[in-house]
Amino acid sequence: MENKTYEDLFEAKLAKNEMIEPKDWMPENYRKHLIRQVSQHAHSEIVGMLPEGNWITRAPSLRAKKVLLAKVQDEGGHGLYLYTAAETLGISRDELLDNLHTGKAKYSSIFNYPTLTWADIGAIGWLVDGAAIMNQVMLQRTSYGPYARAMVRICKEESFHQRQGYEIMTHLAFGTPEQKAMAQDAINRWWFPTMMMFGPPDAESPNSENAMKWRIKRETNDQLRQRFVNQTVPQVEYLGLTVPDPNLKWNEAKKGYDFSEPDWTEFKNVISGNGPCNKERLGARVKAHKDGAWVREAAAAYAKKQNQSIAA
Amino acid sequence: MNNLFVYTLRLADNSLVLAQRLSEWTGHGPFLEEDLALTNVALDTFGTATSLLEYAAQVEGKGRSADDLAYFRHEREYTNVLLVEQPNGDYAKTIIRQAFVDHFNLLLYTELAKSKDETIAGIAQKAIKEVTYHVRHSSSWVLRFGDGTEESHNRAQEAVNELWRFTGELFEMDEVENNLVKEGISVNTSLLKEKWEKQITDLLTKATLKKPESSFMQSGGRKGMHTEHLGYLLSEMQTVPRMYPNAKW
Ligand SMILES: [Fe+2]
Ligand SMILES: [Fe+2]
Ligand SMILES: [Fe+2]
Repeated sequence: MENKTYEDLFEAKLAKNEMIEPKDWMPENYRKHLIRQVSQHAHSEIVGMLPEGNWITRAPSLRAKKVLLAKVQDEGGHGLYLYTAAETLGISRDELLDNLHTGKAKYSSIFNYPTLTWADIGAIGWLVDGAAIMNQVMLQRTSYGPYARAMVRICKEESFHQRQGYEIMTHLAFGTPEQKAMAQDAINRWWFPTMMMFGPPDAESPNSENAMKWRIKRETNDQLRQRFVNQTVPQVEYLGLTVPDPNLKWNEAKKGYDFSEPDWTEFKNVISGNGPCNKERLGARVKAHKDGAWVREAAAAYAKKQNQSIAA
Repeated sequence: MNNLFVYTLRLADNSLVLAQRLSEWTGHGPFLEEDLALTNVALDTFGTATSLLEYAAQVEGKGRSADDLAYFRHEREYTNVLLVEQPNGDYAKTIIRQAFVDHFNLLLYTELAKSKDETIAGIAQKAIKEVTYHVRHSSSWVLRFGDGTEESHNRAQEAVNELWRFTGELFEMDEVENNLVKEGISVNTSLLKEKWEKQITDLLTKATLKKPESSFMQSGGRKGMHTEHLGYLLSEMQTVPRMYPNAKW
């Protein structure tokens, strides 16, 4: 019967919009759901460093280079906050990384697409970070305290990311004809993968129902996707560029755009490892981890020696 | 050519090429916290490079911008020392290269902070704060590697042996710099050599590493005579502006 009381307390907290903290009792499924979501989120930040990192050494101006380097560093910082939040749920960093490296844990499918031109760096900051922000703003009020607080810190930095992306796109769209074509090509390639970031349609989203019930999520995939399209289309128009969707149309009745669904078969393919860069992204993470093993061992051995000499 | 321009560009090239190398690690570091820390060093170093390039462009006064200087000069026009263009190698090599440069830079900027040229002095004063942290960062890793595991010790010693031949160039003087020393603008780096060697020897000894006996020193960077590595670094860095020479970014 005691469990029932705990569960009532937990439910009561959720009902009152109070945060669940690491020491509070929580249903095992809630914990599992959070570990999956927070770690997936952390992995996405870290793997997300790779497609943009691909252009750090080739950024076309000193300013662009500095801004991009700072941006990619921020994403690493976000990964760190989120790993720390995940650890409060009773899982170690080693275990989390192991799950990523063995392919057991997922990360956002968007990072399995290649960055082929400099315009892709603009498109990622503007569209991908833009989509991430929609999710993350909502998550600042998520029910698990450490996750919500990590999101508050992250959101502060994200708006700078979106601005830097849009600034790159502005330079391109109002630059030479080749630059403008480069920008349009990037939108063409990133539009639908970005739409996929909100997850499958509500009717087919396996984890959504619990996430809403537990107030981990506060808006559905489709709601967020609609909001993203409504916000982004005018920005595309300002650039004098187009959205690669023949069905995109303003719908006065719903005060929003009608638009095509992304190709969910492609989404499933990318999620299950067959995207254009899955092998490269995971390969790069595994290589960095393996190559870094002797560095971590050296640090541990040195720290141990220091402690012994202090103790002695 | 204007001595001040040549000198400022030398300082700028050292920072720019090193920062470019460091930024290759971003996203691939040995663990997350260290990835962030080294990226910080890269960011600081890019910042210094940018300030110096802006000043060089202004001193030259021929309408070239800092970006022009970075993106539209070729290998033979770059005047960085050979040490900073050496490939990252493993993390031990990156750290040893960094420790050599950091200790030198702290000595250099401490003197340059008193330069009669106000802009140079200002850039140096800002850099001192950053480089003080960089010295602490790289030195702490030299200790961990040297006195960590057998593998890390061997890797660090190998890096020291390999990079030592590029350290002499840091202290070379020529007519350009001698003239600027007379004007109170630059620093006689040959006078910093003893201090640097003592600091590095102390650090290596504490880390149970050995300073190499061999004293032959490579040089040429100041005259645009580089190792073969620089060409690849520049082609990668300059590719986009050179592909679209009329574009602004
Ligand atoms: Fe992020
Ligand atoms: Fe971001
Ligand atoms: Fe810094």
